[in-house]
Amino acid sequence: MTALLDTPARVTGRTPRSTSRGGTAGKVAGYTLLIVLSLAVMIPFAWMLSSSLKQNNQVFTVPIQWIPTELRWENYAEIWDRIPLWTYLGNSMILSVSVTALQVLTGSFAAYGFAKVRFPGRDALFLAYIATIAVPWQAYMVPQYIIMQKLGLVDTHLSLILLQAFGAFGVFLMRQFYLTIPDELSEAARLDGLSEYGIWARVILPLSKPALASLALLTFVNTWNDYMGPFIYLTSNDLWTVQIGLRAFVGLYDAEYAMIMTGSVISVVPILTVFLLGQRYFVRGIATSGLK
Amino acid sequence: MTVLTSTARKRRRTTLIGWSFILPNFIGFAALTLVPVVAALALSFMEWDSYSSPEWVGLANFERMWNNANFWVALKNTCFYALGHIPLTLVAALGFAMLLNRPLRGVGLFRTALFFPYVTSLVAVAVVWNMLFSPDLGPINQFLRAIGIDNPPGWTTSSDWSMAAVVLTSVWRDMGYYMVLYLAGLQTIPPELYEAAKVDGAGAWARFRNITLPSLRPTTFFVVIMLTISSFKVFDLVQVMTEGGPGRSTLVLSQLIFREGITQGRFGYSSAISMVLFVIVLLVTLIQFRIQQRSER
Repeated sequence: MTALLDTPARVTGRTPRSTSRGGTAGKVAGYTLLIVLSLAVMIPFAWMLSSSLKQNNQVFTVPIQWIPTELRWENYAEIWDRIPLWTYLGNSMILSVSVTALQVLTGSFAAYGFAKVRFPGRDALFLAYIATIAVPWQAYMVPQYIIMQKLGLVDTHLSLILLQAFGAFGVFLMRQFYLTIPDELSEAARLDGLSEYGIWARVILPLSKPALASLALLTFVNTWNDYMGPFIYLTSNDLWTVQIGLRAFVGLYDAEYAMIMTGSVISVVPILTVFLLGQRYFVRGIATSGLK
Repeated sequence: MTVLTSTARKRRRTTLIGWSFILPNFIGFAALTLVPVVAALALSFMEWDSYSSPEWVGLANFERMWNNANFWVALKNTCFYALGHIPLTLVAALGFAMLLNRPLRGVGLFRTALFFPYVTSLVAVAVVWNMLFSPDLGPINQFLRAIGIDNPPGWTTSSDWSMAAVVLTSVWRDMGYYMVLYLAGLQTIPPELYEAAKVDGAGAWARFRNITLPSLRPTTFFVVIMLTISSFKVFDLVQVMTEGGPGRSTLVLSQLIFREGITQGRFGYSSAISMVLFVIVLLVTLIQFRIQQRSER
C-alpha cells in the first residue's frame, strides 16, 4: 500500500485529445498554485538563509533585502567562537544516535514477540503499550523526573537516553510492519529448524529494512529536535544539545539577529542532510503509522 | 511437581520465548512509562514536595486547582490553541495532499518542500518566526502594510495576538506531516470510483464531497486524534517562541505542569493538573471514536 507513494499519482484514463484541452489549462493552474504555495511555505527558510549572511543592522530593513548587498560569510566562521557549537552538535549527535540504536533494536525485537509469537497475555500487554501512546508525556513527566532524581541521573545524557529509547511508538510501528509479512515465511523457517531468534535475525530483519530505516529516521529527527527533554534534564552547559544551546544564545544576545540566524542554519543542516538522504523512508514510515 | 503434558510444556516454552523478545524493551518501558503513568494518578491525590514526605490528601489538589486563576488561564489558552491548530492544520494538509495527488511532473520535489518544515529544528523555527512576526520591521507586518493594513497586529509582543502567532507557526510546521498521511489515504481510493462518478456527470466538488471525503474518513479519524493529542500537550513551540507571555497570554497546561512540578517541586499538585490534561485528551479521543463508529454504521 505504502509503496504506491513513491510512484507519481495515477494517470486518469482520459483520451489524449481531452487532456490537451481542459487538461492543459488544469495542469498549468495546478502547477502555478503548487509553485506559489510551496514558495510561500519556503519563505521562512529563505529569510533565515539570507539573514544569516548579513550584518545585524541589515536584517530588519524596509523594504526587505532578500539578497544581501554584501555577503558576510564571516558569520559562519565567527559563530564557533561565540558559542560552543561543536560541543552542542556533538551532544545532540550522541543522544540521537544512542536513542535511535536502542529504539530500533529493542523495538523490532519486541515487535517480533507481539506479531509472530502467540502466548497468553500478549494482546493485553500490547494494549498497555498502545494506551500509553495516547497519554501525553506531560502527564507522567513529574514521576519520571522523581525516578531519575532518585537514581541520581538528572543532568546526565543517560537519563534522556533511557527515557526516550524504550518508547511504545517504535514497537507499534514495527509490529504494524511485521503483520504484513506472511506467517508462512516464518513457518517454513521453523520447519527448517531455525529457532525463533534465528527467524527474527535471518528472515524478518532482512525483510524489514525499509521499516527499520523509517523508524530510525523518525526517531533520529525527533530526538535531534526535542526541546522539552533536554530543557528539563540538562542543566550543565557542556551537556546541552544544539536546541538548548541555540535557545540560550538567543536569550543572551537577542539583538544579534544575523548571528542567531547563522546558528539556526547550522542547527538545521545535519537534520536536512539526514532527511534528504532518507526521505522516502520517512514518508513510508509516517504512512504506515496511519494505515491499519 | 505435576508432570506436564507435552503440549503444556510447549505452550510454556512459547510463552517464555515470547516474553524474552518483549522483555528488553518492556523493562525500560515499564520502569519509565508504565510505572510513572500509574504513579501520576496516585500522586494527584497526595501532597508531596521535594522536602516533605508524601501524604494522602484526597481531592485537595483538585480543589486548589479549581480555585487557581493560572489553571483556568492555561486551560483556556490550550483549548484556544487546539481550536486553531486542529482545523487549520487539517485543512492545509488535506489541501496540499489533494494538490499533490495528481499526475504532475516533479511532485516529489513539492512534497519534499512542503514536508521540510516538519523536520526543521524546533528552535530554528521558533526563532525565525519570532523575527518574521517582529511588529515594526518584520517581513510579515511589512507585507501587511504594503497591502493597506495600517495597523498590523503586534503578534508575539501583544497579548491579544501572541497565541495566533504561535498557532500560525505550528500549522506551518505540522501540515507536511499530516499531508503525508492524507496522501497515503488518497492513494487507497480506487480510481474507478471517480471514473464512474464522472460518467454520471458529477462535478469536481460533488466528487470531492461524495467520494474523496467519505473514503478518507479513516485517515481523517487518525489525523484528528493525533492532532488532538499533540495540541493539548503543546510545549516546545510556546516555550521557545513566547515562554507563555506576554503576561499569561500563551501559558498552556504543559507549561503549568512543568513550572509547578519540576521548577517548584510540587509533585502532587502538578500531577493533578496532568490528570486533567489526560482526561481531556481521553474524552476528545473517545468522542472521536463514537463519531467514527456511528458513521461506519
